Amino acid sequence: MAGLVLVFISAIFFPGLILRTKSITSGRKGPGVLQPLRDAVVLFRKGSVFSTTTGVIFQIAPVISLASVICAILLVPFGHQPALIHFRGDFVFFAYLLAIGRFFLIIGALDTGSSFEGMGASREAFFSMLIEPAFLILMATFSMFTGLVSFTDIFSHFFITGDHYVLIFSIIGFYLFIQTALIENSRLPVDDPKTHLELTMIHEVMILDYSGFDKALIHIATWLKFAVYGSLMYNVIVPAEWNIYLQIILFLTVQSLFAIIVGLLESFRARNKMNKNPKFILTVSAIAILAFTVILILNLNLNL
Amino acid sequence: MSIQCKEISANPFTISLGSIPLMDYNSFYSQTVQMMKDEPVHCVAYYGVEVNDDLQLICCLADDNNHNFRIYSTMLPVGSNPVPSISMEIPQLQVYEREIHENFGLFFDGHPWLKPVRYPHDRADRDSAMDNYPFYVIEGEELHEVGVGPVHAGVIEPGHFRFICNGEKVLHLEIQLGYQHRGVERILSAGLNGMKRSVICDNIVGDTSVGYALAHAQLIESLAGIQSEAAIQIERCIGLELERIAVHIGDTAALCGDVAYQLGQVVCEALRTEIINTTQFWCGNRFGKGLVRPGGTNYTLDEKVAVKILRVLEDVGKRFAAISDRIYTLPSVVARFEDIGTVTRRQALSIGAVGMAARTCGIRRDVRWSHPFQTYRERSFEPELIETGDVLARGLLRAREVSDSIAFITGLVNDRRGIRDRVSGPDYNLSLMPGSFALSLVEGWRGEICHSAVTDRDGNLIHYKIKDPSFHNWMALALAVREQEISDFPVCNKSFNLSYCGNDL
Repeated sequence: MAGLVLVFISAIFFPGLILRTKSITSGRKGPGVLQPLRDAVVLFRKGSVFSTTTGVIFQIAPVISLASVICAILLVPFGHQPALIHFRGDFVFFAYLLAIGRFFLIIGALDTGSSFEGMGASREAFFSMLIEPAFLILMATFSMFTGLVSFTDIFSHFFITGDHYVLIFSIIGFYLFIQTALIENSRLPVDDPKTHLELTMIHEVMILDYSGFDKALIHIATWLKFAVYGSLMYNVIVPAEWNIYLQIILFLTVQSLFAIIVGLLESFRARNKMNKNPKFILTVSAIAILAFTVILILNLNLNL
Repeated sequence: MSIQCKEISANPFTISLGSIPLMDYNSFYSQTVQMMKDEPVHCVAYYGVEVNDDLQLICCLADDNNHNFRIYSTMLPVGSNPVPSISMEIPQLQVYEREIHENFGLFFDGHPWLKPVRYPHDRADRDSAMDNYPFYVIEGEELHEVGVGPVHAGVIEPGHFRFICNGEKVLHLEIQLGYQHRGVERILSAGLNGMKRSVICDNIVGDTSVGYALAHAQLIESLAGIQSEAAIQIERCIGLELERIAVHIGDTAALCGDVAYQLGQVVCEALRTEIINTTQFWCGNRFGKGLVRPGGTNYTLDEKVAVKILRVLEDVGKRFAAISDRIYTLPSVVARFEDIGTVTRRQALSIGAVGMAARTCGIRRDVRWSHPFQTYRERSFEPELIETGDVLARGLLRAREVSDSIAFITGLVNDRRGIRDRVSGPDYNLSLMPGSFALSLVEGWRGEICHSAVTDRDGNLIHYKIKDPSFHNWMALALAVREQEISDFPVCNKSFNLSYCGNDL
């Protein structure tokens, strides 16, 4: 349970921390870290307006998207506490839970019949299709490394194997999770969440028609998605058997660091040209394949 | 065939209406084609004036290399039969012919598309409205249309962009303007007093306030036969260059914003504020409204202002040089700007591009150099040129023009400090020469601004014509985005930063 609560707490601060980092790097004071939460509360008090061209899909999409992310959180362990739900192959379930949320947002966007949202939906579908292998190959590498097939088992045994190259592997895993999280959450350099230019948007343009309550749900789902990737990252760099109180502090530190890294990445570079995005995403997959191959060779070596 | 035209080398100039050579349309046609085949010759004004019951088409060409104007005209009876279109041979005249058609219902035979210019619908057709405007279509299974505007997400003016795309690739862009037609030209020729006219000219195009006011002021002075004092000429050019610096830096900020480069955006935004606040310190308005007036000025450049301008420019110059160096060497930014929205030299020449759009294609076209006005007449000026014609070129040109302008103003301010005479205040009651045609060109930050006017027998303005640089350059944008990704349109658009209200008038 502690893990679940911690994910929710870090999700609350996540967007605020990114914003604050970007403000400070640009020489501004910036809003407080809780500002996004306050905005969400304001949105929750408002009603939703639905376009007359939309149907039921459009209306249920935000709820499904949020629900799928919450379910995904339940699969991630914290320290030596197992996840609430864990079974063999649960990371595949995890990947497709997030995919189903995205799928509903995509068809919700198509439901509006707007040419902008159609464009955004097609880009989102394309790019998330490209990032899927990166995540699955990375998890396959973890499985091969530990010989286990669920988040809980993998992360609780990851550091016990005692091989010296575990550290390098955890750094590669950390890096790949950051990249996956950035792409999944439509941040720089693939997408720009701050832009007002509909023609260049990916994720933002798909949710243009949502307002009030539904918009708040979508925002919260994005924060939670960030936090759940943050907790995966935490799991690959902190051994599970450490003291629980130390774990709690470390967890919040890793999450804040993640947010600050995102903020810094977004401050000092421009986003990609749209047709460079596939190459960029495939590079992430390529690194995952590289890690996979290295572990495969090492494994064969060890068995000899 | 002999060419009949009046050649004038002054800018601004006033000539009597009767001295403009008049010819039949056929010689008008062949003469225009013959002269405009020459690369440095481009059209600065071509419009109709109703004289009694006839329509007089006045054409004024500017020759950049010989630094002069050529002016001639033809007379057609109102409601005359269609006349052959010159656009087929000289494409840059297409927009002028569309405007003549829109205003007088004259048809041009062979003109590919007499699309409305300053109205979002066909003015002659009572049933046509914005809602049923027939956009250009291309049939195809795999093609789709994307319509953007006229209400945009950003804080910009109204204009509709209709893209025909194949996937992410743009095949065609149709730009539909005219949503804020205000009838500026009609108001200016409606017998207002001089002060009201000046105030209107300050506000025709909000981001080029000084440029427009200057074009108007020197036109009126030329019509009145006076020349402003040396001190005032210098002050006006300082105002014009300050405006150029402010807008160029602001555009650099916006370009960075469009590619999500936060550092460049915030630094340039801050620098722009420094400049416009200096303009405010000088004349009480950040955009320089009220700074330029015919005959004189209300806000003379005293020692306090001069010191402030020099101090701010030195500071901004250093900081902008540092940030623009950073921007145009950062790989992720350069990757977004390079080879995007390219306009070729040939395209730019054929559409008659002016200002930055021309200079980034390697065309030497700058009024400050070709037809110098005010204090530019006494100073040597070399326009900056870049050959590549892409977004990067338009960004770099801005950076170079900013540093040129800073150096130029520094010289001007020091010259101004050497003049001790008191300057005169504005004169709104100048009496204008009767029966005259006058034209004035100014190089605003966007390009050449042309104001021209016709007076009647009593010296009243009966016709006032304005040509914004965007009038030609919108076509450059439409050409630039062809075969580009639709997601690159915003950054292309911003790199031109064309005027909607300057087109709509």
